[in-house]
Amino acid sequence: MGTLLKRHRWIAPVALLSPGVLWLLVFYLYPAVQMLQSSFWSGSLETGFTFSFDNYTNYTKALASYAPMYGRSIMYAGAATVLTFLIAYPLAYTIAFRGGRFKNVLLFLVVAPFFTSFLLRTISWTILLSDDSPILRVIHMLPGVSPEFRLLATPIAVISGITYAFLPFMTLPVYVAVEKIDFRLVEAARDLYAGPWRPGGAIVGFVVGGGLATVLGVAFEWDFLITGIVGGIVGAGVGWFFISESFVRVTFPLSVPGVFAGSLLTFIPAIGDYINAELLGNPDTTMIGNVIQNKFLTQNDYPAASALSFMLMAGVLVVVAIYARILGTEELSASAGRI
Amino acid sequence: MATAKTAAPRGEARGASARPRGGARGVLGRIADRYLLIVYTLLAVIYLLLPVFVIILFSFNNPPGRSNFLWSGFTLKYWLNPFGVSGLPEAVALSLEIAFLSTLISTILGTLVAIALERYRFRGRAPINALIFLPMATPEIIMGASLLTLFVAIGAAPFFPLNFVTILIAHVMFNISYVVVTVRARLAGFPRHLEEAAADLYANEWETFRRVTFPLILPGVVAGALLAFSLSIDDFVITNFSAGKTQTFPMFIYAKAKIGIPVQVNVIGTIIFLVAVGAVFVTTLASRRSNKR
Repeated sequence: MGTLLKRHRWIAPVALLSPGVLWLLVFYLYPAVQMLQSSFWSGSLETGFTFSFDNYTNYTKALASYAPMYGRSIMYAGAATVLTFLIAYPLAYTIAFRGGRFKNVLLFLVVAPFFTSFLLRTISWTILLSDDSPILRVIHMLPGVSPEFRLLATPIAVISGITYAFLPFMTLPVYVAVEKIDFRLVEAARDLYAGPWRPGGAIVGFVVGGGLATVLGVAFEWDFLITGIVGGIVGAGVGWFFISESFVRVTFPLSVPGVFAGSLLTFIPAIGDYINAELLGNPDTTMIGNVIQNKFLTQNDYPAASALSFMLMAGVLVVVAIYARILGTEELSASAGRI
Repeated sequence: MATAKTAAPRGEARGASARPRGGARGVLGRIADRYLLIVYTLLAVIYLLLPVFVIILFSFNNPPGRSNFLWSGFTLKYWLNPFGVSGLPEAVALSLEIAFLSTLISTILGTLVAIALERYRFRGRAPINALIFLPMATPEIIMGASLLTLFVAIGAAPFFPLNFVTILIAHVMFNISYVVVTVRARLAGFPRHLEEAAADLYANEWETFRRVTFPLILPGVVAGALLAFSLSIDDFVITNFSAGKTQTFPMFIYAKAKIGIPVQVNVIGTIIFLVAVGAVFVTTLASRRSNKR
């Protein structure tokens, strides 16, 4: 056997690869092709389906009826990705640079939510955001909040649910990237008189703080102009004092691959998600995932559902291709593997 | 966000505070500098764990009706009778069965692929890398939906009507990539000279693999298997598309979400959480011990 393997060097890798690769070809790649084909079907589960290119109307009809849901999915997933970045970056940074001997404990706490059921966590949010919850009671005590204000069954609940669900997907790749940074580079920057980053830090802080506060203001039905300005000033203060040149010119650029990988790993599951929209939202927060799920599993309208899924997949593939171009798939899968 | 300023409690870096830093800051600034990020991190961790806390807390709840939504008093009765809901024990058993089988299959297939990709140079590596990567970058709903169209198009047993086999196929499919990536990470930092030493000592390829390579990559394989198991037992979206009338534990939760979730579901969820935490704890201890050796 040894001589056979040595004479035909291709046998070993092919034998090792084929079971796994075949499984993925048959049950991952081929179904995608099958889905493209079924998007040109007409008919129903009872009468049977027939294929014809004339059924491209499945696509035009789907787009005509469900364009708003695509838009909403992109918006919600985009908002959630930005929020996870804002929450995860300081978290990952602190764990990597200041975790000390608590580093592993903190990392464990970041992934601990994954040890409970995704559905149960989302249902927990319905309890936490419901009208009678302690959180809502505190919010109702704030000045200027109308007694009718609620969180459950609003877009805020859906976006924050998605943000929560995928926060570790952002935190871990960013952590991995920051952790790899040679701290001596930061020290070298300081030795070369890298000081606070002014006024850039204040400007970035103003934009981020102001943006977040404006959105909050709109959500709470406060005067969003005032909250926006207040948030902007606070953000500018934080940026003025705390964003250093060594961060902007050394640490952050070196962590960009992690941010890229993290935002991809957050955005993709977020755009297809329908659990958060279903459990935390209302009929006006329907995302494209809800439509696809409903058409496939309740209405058995396979042709329309396939067309909708295929368009979503094509969009995702474009995003993935752009990322792979910038980053390379090895880097991306490496960070995916750490989750 | 973005608070790199003077992160420095790292040994000799501390002396850096003597250097000019452009603009003096008072005691307040220094305190904020030292503690702001720590406080922030604690808040973030509380945020992450809040729903987990709610799940555990509500497993001790004593709701008057069917919906376990409002806190109404402490009881242990559901912990003493965790399977007392019709359909729940079957769903949990099915989830465990599928998780074990899909972990077993995907760990074997994934480990083989990882070894091939890390050990051999051959043409076609790039497309295979892409094929491994893509399932991790595809929304679950699309994988579930496209598998469903395949099963419907075949329209015959054992694929249609949907059943245990179709769930298993789906779970192995989405698990393989994660196993490959985890095992590869371990193989990448692998001391090749140990294998060469074994070959010098007249071990054939199989003996080298069994006595040298495999024990060394075992931690990676175990990590991949644990990951696969946790993904499988918690999967809802893909399972929902490939299960038909068969009901796994997540599907049981989803079905009950509209009409009120039995407290027992929280009990089971808490038990799964504790077992997972225990497993991580044990494997960490074990790998620490083997590192010391």
